[in-house]
Amino acid sequence: MAATFDRRTALRGMLSGTAVTVALPLLDCFLNTNGTALAAGGPLPVRFGTWFWGCGVNPQRWVPGKVGADYDLVEELKYIAPFKDQINVLSGFDVRLDGVTNEPHITGNFALITGTTPRDVNTHDVPTLDMVIADAVGNDTRFRSLEVTATGNPKDTYSRRSSSLVNPSEASPAAFYTRLFGPEFQDPNAAEFRPDPQIMTRLSVLSLVKDDRQKLVRQLGARDRERMDEYFTSLRQTEQQLEMRLTQPPPLEACKIVSDAPEDRIPEGYLVSAVIDNHKVMSELLAMALACNQTKVFNMVFSNAFSNLHKEGMIGFHHGLTHNEAYDEKLGYQPESAWFVERSMEAWATFVETLANVREGDGSLLDNTLVFAHSDSSLARTHSVLGIPMMTAGKAGGRVKTGYHVKGGGDSITRVGLTMQQVMGVPTETWGTGSMETSLPVSEILV
Amino acid sequence: MTVATSMIILRYALRSWWKCSLSIFAAMLVSSCAVQETASPPPSLTGEGGPPSVRRLTEVQYRQSIADIFGAEIKIPGPFEPDIRRNGLLAVGTSEVAVTRAGFERYDALARNIAAQVTDKENRARLLGCVPENSTTADAACTTQVLKHYGRLLHRRPLDPERLAAYVQTAAAETRRLGDYYAGLSFALAGMLVAPEFLFRIDFAEPDPANPGRERLDGYSKASRLSFLLWNTTPDDALLAAAGRGELDSKSGLAAHVDRMLTSPRLTDGVRAFFSDMLEFEDIETVSKDGTIFPRFSRSVMNDAEEQTLRTITDHLISRNGDYRDLFTTRHTFMTRNLGIVYRVPVAAEEGWEPYEFSEDDGRAGLMTQISFLALHGPPGRSSPTLRGMAVRELLMCQHVPSPPGNVDFSEFEASSEASPVTVRDRLTAHRENPVCAGCHKIMDPIGLALENFDGLGQYRETENGSKIDTSGELDGYTYQDVTGLGEALRESPATVSCLVNNAYRYAAGRSVSNAEKQWLNWLEDNFAQNGYRLPNLLREIATSDTFFAVSTGGGDTNHAALSETGAD
Repeated sequence: MAATFDRRTALRGMLSGTAVTVALPLLDCFLNTNGTALAAGGPLPVRFGTWFWGCGVNPQRWVPGKVGADYDLVEELKYIAPFKDQINVLSGFDVRLDGVTNEPHITGNFALITGTTPRDVNTHDVPTLDMVIADAVGNDTRFRSLEVTATGNPKDTYSRRSSSLVNPSEASPAAFYTRLFGPEFQDPNAAEFRPDPQIMTRLSVLSLVKDDRQKLVRQLGARDRERMDEYFTSLRQTEQQLEMRLTQPPPLEACKIVSDAPEDRIPEGYLVSAVIDNHKVMSELLAMALACNQTKVFNMVFSNAFSNLHKEGMIGFHHGLTHNEAYDEKLGYQPESAWFVERSMEAWATFVETLANVREGDGSLLDNTLVFAHSDSSLARTHSVLGIPMMTAGKAGGRVKTGYHVKGGGDSITRVGLTMQQVMGVPTETWGTGSMETSLPVSEILV
Repeated sequence: MTVATSMIILRYALRSWWKCSLSIFAAMLVSSCAVQETASPPPSLTGEGGPPSVRRLTEVQYRQSIADIFGAEIKIPGPFEPDIRRNGLLAVGTSEVAVTRAGFERYDALARNIAAQVTDKENRARLLGCVPENSTTADAACTTQVLKHYGRLLHRRPLDPERLAAYVQTAAAETRRLGDYYAGLSFALAGMLVAPEFLFRIDFAEPDPANPGRERLDGYSKASRLSFLLWNTTPDDALLAAAGRGELDSKSGLAAHVDRMLTSPRLTDGVRAFFSDMLEFEDIETVSKDGTIFPRFSRSVMNDAEEQTLRTITDHLISRNGDYRDLFTTRHTFMTRNLGIVYRVPVAAEEGWEPYEFSEDDGRAGLMTQISFLALHGPPGRSSPTLRGMAVRELLMCQHVPSPPGNVDFSEFEASSEASPVTVRDRLTAHRENPVCAGCHKIMDPIGLALENFDGLGQYRETENGSKIDTSGELDGYTYQDVTGLGEALRESPATVSCLVNNAYRYAAGRSVSNAEKQWLNWLEDNFAQNGYRLPNLLREIATSDTFFAVSTGGGDTNHAALSETGAD
């Protein structure tokens, strides 16, 4: 299908201002016999994403007792019951501080997602896992990655290429919708393929902007030259987005824009009920974006690392509770804090359900995705970076086994990040630095 | 309860516990020797300024530049890529941020949106100054006129002839492609708006005739530094013209333009931007109070509170040419009806602002007793002496408060909290009695406790749970009974003065202070004191100094990282 429209054909169509019409309905004959690939194009895309929540868990109420398949679900995990078979629980993997002071809620998280324990996160120039994976797999989609937060605060993001390139999160559902499905969206299943005549114009303007590069960077210091390079790399990615729009995307059965632009209810003050509602809306938009192959990499923040989640009438935040709330000797935990952990796990289940509900090929969108969920600490009360809770959901197009509880036994947490990269096809044998360097993936979940 | 929350919301680099006491000690040391005996003229620092700087426009600078160049009618839809705070200032962050992929997408969309407005039917007559012969074909003369004019304003220097020709050519080619003169022109303008020459303030150096073999900033780079420092916006036509004539390269020419800018009403924009940065006012947007605990909280109260403080500052420092230190004791301010409800004072004006002066009995004096400060530094449901104290130390005194140890044990704190405390002071007992806590908390809590007459939103109260609030305390050896006394202590503290001078210079330079500049900063501080702590005078000294414009090229491999920190530690 798409093969009949090369770039020249598309350009000709565009320049003459006429629409190029193609037959539409995606029938089963477009898929190969086992439903894992488009007959005409490549295989169904495999996506990677992170799902983050702040302030960890109560390990004794979260870690399953049983290791391996058919693990048990204790109190804080019971919410994932309907999707247990599609989720792996990873416990007992540790961040090693290597002499670095543990800056609460920051050190553990950045060690987990960059493989290197940061001395100072403001100068920590190691790319996060999602960026490494996006570089490997994200080049042929409209967005190399999408960052989303349910909290309403665009600064809630942990995805970054370096300390000077922190990827801002989409915080407004309406703006996110417009970015995804607004005028620049190319419906892969549209009857007509009518490339925007302005695409070539925009490309020629960006090319003009690039022309001055040498003159600009000539006399700059090394660091500023790098920053300019980063600017031009970002410019190049916008060019690639435009170039992609010159050819018709292959049809995608799962791509159905089911809703109109959502109401723009951005949570204020981290009110947990509003964050939960917004998370649902944002998750649905993100799932549509994945089904329409707008990106292969995403980052969803449910709550920030210093969880500011707030319940009406409460004096402080979830984070404050983890330190201030009296420890209930009888229960063995802090009940109000635990309530927030449970809301987080409930939201995680909602996210998994949202992907599982999108049919794709002979399975679901979730089957073709690898979602990596993690927090910043295990027990937030003590800021422990040992056994930071992690999970994966989805089979990554058949590359990952699900339904297992793997106990790390104090192994370096980088084993998990290495596994994520290898599953997603990043050609790397080892990951991490210092005592966290590892070449040992978590083979228990590999097919 | 308070404390523990606050202990964790710390944002700066964590140090191990024993360093905590060291750091406080060092901070006091810095304060006590901050006033120098000397009053010699500033040593020349030519060649010590580091490589030409590259600073990304802040959101406010972007918006203000567009408004100045095309008029306030042009709408600028967000969102922007967030600015980043480094070493206590967004201004320092501007020298470190680049543009992410998502950020470029946003700038690109903004550029096309703005350019389309500039060339649309509504605005073109006002903004373009010429009409093409035919609206569907290229018109090189008109295009050249428009792009030359706006290219110079947007890129803050005249375009090279070849560069201008390339933009004109692109406009012509795209006019032909799209069959619309204004569409072609609009896309060329959009190119200028997304170009690094607009999004970043990029310095250029040129050979320095006075110092053979050395380089100096060219006039246009100087014009940008001046304009963004004093007006927080792009240089106006007069300043660019002066740069073109070389006037900014002479002492007298520079002084004349600095004076023109200091006496312009636009100085207010510059001073507001500086204090918004120093006081972390970008966080006001996301501060929130619990509606059931503080029913008077609203977004509009917070917006007015921010405006109130900025008005208080500019009125005092510019209109009255007041002593900076009096900002810690002043009772002059401005009110809206909206604010009157929270301050519980009568406001006659139904709309807008009116001047207001608190009486001595009102218990309010100084910036730190305004809602913008009180509400910003605390959790949603109550006041936090620790967070308020930390904000005074870090924002107003430039003293670094270390984060609590990662493995801090809260059991003792919880135990003391359970002994049914009446006031916050009671709850903070553990902070004073446990040596692990006391080292840091003794420099924060006493300041915050002096502000305990104000609840989490900043409303006045005399009692807490029926008990009279004790606001006495001590700041670096200066004891006080109440917040007025705290204001006096801050007014007399050498740290608040050196903090302002240090911040002003780092704000101006967009980077940390180098070792070579420390001596000059000491001189600047003395000069500030001798001239009665007047901010316009301080800005004049900076804006006319060699130090502010110093640049060293030398192959471009000098790294900003080589410059050492000062001040904040």
